[in-house]
Amino acid sequence: MADPKVFQKIYTRLEAITKATVSLHAQGVTNDELATVEGRLAQVVKTRGDLVTLQVFSGTEGIPTDAEVAFLGEPPTLKVSDQLSGRFFDAYGHPIDGGPEVEGEEREVGGPSVNPYKRRQPSELIPTGIAGIDLNNTIVSGQKIPFFADPDQPYNQVMADVALRADVDKIILGGMGLSNDDYLYYRHAFEGAGALDRIVSFVNTTEDPPVERLLVPDMALAAAEYFAVDKNEKVLVLLTDMTLYADALSIVSNRMDQIPSKDAMPGSLYSDLAKIYEKAVQLPTGGSITIIAVTTLNDGDITHAIPDNTGYITEGQLFLRADPDSGKVIVDPFRSLSRLKQNVQNKKTREDHSQVMNAGVRLYADAQNAKTKQENGFDLSDYDRRCLKYSVEYATRLLSIDVNISINEMLDTAWELFAKYFTPAETGIRQSLIDKYWPGKAE
Amino acid sequence: MATTGKVTGIVSNLVTVQVDGPVAENELCSIDLHGTGLLAEVIKVTGDRASVQVFESTRGLAGGAKVEFLGRMLEVTLGPGMLGSVYDGLQNDLTTMTGVFLKRGEYTDPLDHEKKWDFKPLVAPGDKVQTADWLGEVTEGWLPHKIMVPFSFKGEFTVKSVAPEGSYTVDETIATLIDAEGAEVPVTMTQRWPVKVAVKAYREKPRPQKIMETGVRVIDSFNPIAEGGTGFIPGPFGCGKTVLQHAIAKQGEADVIVMAACGERANEVVEIFTEFPELVDPHTGRKLMERTTIICNTSNMPVAAREASVYTAMTICEYYRAMGLRCLLLADSTSRWAQALREMSNRMEELPGADAFPVDLSAIISNFYSRAGMVVLNNGSTGAVTFIGTVSPAGGNLKEPVTESTKKAARCFYSLEQNRADQKRYPAVNPLDSYSKYLEYPEISAYLDAKVEKGWVEKIVKAKMLVRRGKEMADQINILGDDGVPMSYHEAFWKSEVIDFAFLQQDAFDAIDALCPMERQKYMLDLILEICDHNFSFEGFEACRDYFKNLINLLKQMNYSAFDGPEFKDYRVQIDKLLQENGRS
Repeated sequence: MADPKVFQKIYTRLEAITKATVSLHAQGVTNDELATVEGRLAQVVKTRGDLVTLQVFSGTEGIPTDAEVAFLGEPPTLKVSDQLSGRFFDAYGHPIDGGPEVEGEEREVGGPSVNPYKRRQPSELIPTGIAGIDLNNTIVSGQKIPFFADPDQPYNQVMADVALRADVDKIILGGMGLSNDDYLYYRHAFEGAGALDRIVSFVNTTEDPPVERLLVPDMALAAAEYFAVDKNEKVLVLLTDMTLYADALSIVSNRMDQIPSKDAMPGSLYSDLAKIYEKAVQLPTGGSITIIAVTTLNDGDITHAIPDNTGYITEGQLFLRADPDSGKVIVDPFRSLSRLKQNVQNKKTREDHSQVMNAGVRLYADAQNAKTKQENGFDLSDYDRRCLKYSVEYATRLLSIDVNISINEMLDTAWELFAKYFTPAETGIRQSLIDKYWPGKAE
Repeated sequence: MATTGKVTGIVSNLVTVQVDGPVAENELCSIDLHGTGLLAEVIKVTGDRASVQVFESTRGLAGGAKVEFLGRMLEVTLGPGMLGSVYDGLQNDLTTMTGVFLKRGEYTDPLDHEKKWDFKPLVAPGDKVQTADWLGEVTEGWLPHKIMVPFSFKGEFTVKSVAPEGSYTVDETIATLIDAEGAEVPVTMTQRWPVKVAVKAYREKPRPQKIMETGVRVIDSFNPIAEGGTGFIPGPFGCGKTVLQHAIAKQGEADVIVMAACGERANEVVEIFTEFPELVDPHTGRKLMERTTIICNTSNMPVAAREASVYTAMTICEYYRAMGLRCLLLADSTSRWAQALREMSNRMEELPGADAFPVDLSAIISNFYSRAGMVVLNNGSTGAVTFIGTVSPAGGNLKEPVTESTKKAARCFYSLEQNRADQKRYPAVNPLDSYSKYLEYPEISAYLDAKVEKGWVEKIVKAKMLVRRGKEMADQINILGDDGVPMSYHEAFWKSEVIDFAFLQQDAFDAIDALCPMERQKYMLDLILEICDHNFSFEGFEACRDYFKNLINLLKQMNYSAFDGPEFKDYRVQIDKLLQENGRS
């Protein structure tokens, strides 16, 4: 990012200081431009007459009222070039891996959006090997989808698996409030897979100030746009954890005395999150940006403002939960959804895909009803008992996150389970598909 | 001399301007940013300070920037060539913009000024005309597009001259009128109208007379929407709001469809303009795009323009309605519009209402819904604007200000339910909570008697009663257990499941099942009610379940088969056989 320019006016008198912002009188300041306050990076968020309010990314601890303030004249930028590949940066785009600064063209971050008319319909399958995703919630390039997970779920591991298995040209990691352990986990996973040259990481750990996180998605997406737009590459962006990003938003808006809306979040939360997620795009030139994010939940509560607004923006969500019956962490088939799955199902995958998926989930739902009956002490019917047996095997062999098979294998496995536990009529699958795929039908 | 001013304060897209003359509420102004004009709208005036909401990002704007007030409100340009267009919330043509990324201050013309239209006059010199009277006609694709006395012309006029039949651009004068004072006024094919003002150039607005078919069974039969009616679809995310809206857009019985993508996902809009040019309108056999206009202000586009987008869409509908056409406006989602209002209200530091929404939210919503309706034009023909909005309630909880305010304004309520969506029972419209007030209208009842069959509404009421009864039985079975209830409970429950699976559920992605015409809906409902009237006898509840599952499977296969085709008839035979095997009618 830019260094202070020479011949620049230095201000030395702050009018107000809060934990996240400072205010001062200054002339000729432009909205969104960067400044330094005692050497710390800050951004203009409000001007009223000549009173300017700055959001100080690293917090205002120790900043005196006579702090030196210099305005840099431009919004946050990132230098982009192929040199980004394989590197680890902080939220400001400075290397944290001991390597040299990146040279390249300086690009504004958090820039304008793609003209919707210039977009293309996402239609390329991104297989991950995880049946809970590929079979039930197929992901498509240009899609944006978060994992909804409680903090104790292994979402970072799943994300790393998905990233490394996905057939993409670049992986961009935007880490917000990552614990140092998780940061090192990603680093080792990427290095261990020998995939480092196609990975760029922007990391803010729990050791860094929370407000700095606000820069991470913009940095990651500016890099993603460089590779997708300029280089026509397929880019996968991983953002973890967006809940911590939203928490940082609420800190800033709170310090600016804004009236909070639901759950103490700023009223603009929806727009703020949409600006990030809508960067996911399938470009006409072949490049694409796919965003897989993590939104951690409080005890599975998806009605909280953060997951709720996220759900309305993203094209579905992948819900991780521990399944006590199979002892596995599974991708919950009820709460999970990929909105773009019909763009590829039966088109880029086998013709029976959507019907098998629906039947599999419906029978799993019947098993949950049977389970409720069982818990309430009622007699189970033969069908209930078959459903229960099916559900354990379905969870273990298909829903579990440790599955790694091809989509055709997933479909074949599902047919095998249907035939093992049910009659064709009980699955409700279209007759022509039953005729073709029902195991042992040919005899 | 136009009023000017300079920027004195900036918070995100709210800018305060010190002005040197009079300004009007909702007046537009242009803020100079290094030679690019950013469009903004006045939303509050205090002394010589005007608060304006900028329709663009304010990044890089500095105090002292020059502002020029434009003396007009936000307007749309109306004229032939809007069908098939993709506009942003301010009616800029997105298809003619250069570059992959949107550029600030790039405003494109909504109409093609080069294209020539074949004009046919409908009046003669000496005729007396008034606001919105038809002066002539051009053919827009397939649709007779009337050229009207502009909505802004008040009073009576005499036609002095009208252009002869021939080809003209939208900017050429096609008629000259003489007003009451004797002044001559030229009329072209285009006119401008402020989006926030309802077009009222019609004789009367009667109660709706007929229903608008959508091909969706749970709507047309269970909760029909009237032509010129209003409805809304609230639901948590992932319950199929957008799929249902797209189904209505594809199949709705209307001449003109305007889809306002208001603060929603860009990929959903991409889906529309990828598919609609290929898909065929089931009513006319033409491409769907030929009857569709898309107003697209996706969630990452500027917030202030999001609010404008629904008004832009409504004004375009009102314009086509004045030609005697039936328009359908779909807005997805009105919650995003309300949130845009909230963001501005918040930045202006107004005292908040419930959930930090502005206190006049309810009034704004009901005012907007009231612009829909069927109208009788001055020449006696009728036109209609049917409006269906989606609502995205926070946390899926319907007790929130946008849902509650909309419920007061809209006459149809299609409640999407998480539980049904989880069970993949799509469309996830709750059959018991949802309602259509139009079923209670004697006009609509009489229309359905004539259109479908005498007593149709009673059949619907009966089917709803069976669903409700089935729900009660299911609750009892859950409490008392399968063995703890009489056989009749199981039978009633499964009969309601037949209605649910074979009638209420519908596969929007199946080429045949997606669109179910009224004739087919009647056929299926008759068959299902026949099943429900049948007295069965079962050995045990398991036999009952297996029997009905079999029946449901056959009925679903029927839904997947071409109506009255050989497969369809074959399944019917199998069902009749199954019915004969058990009990009697």
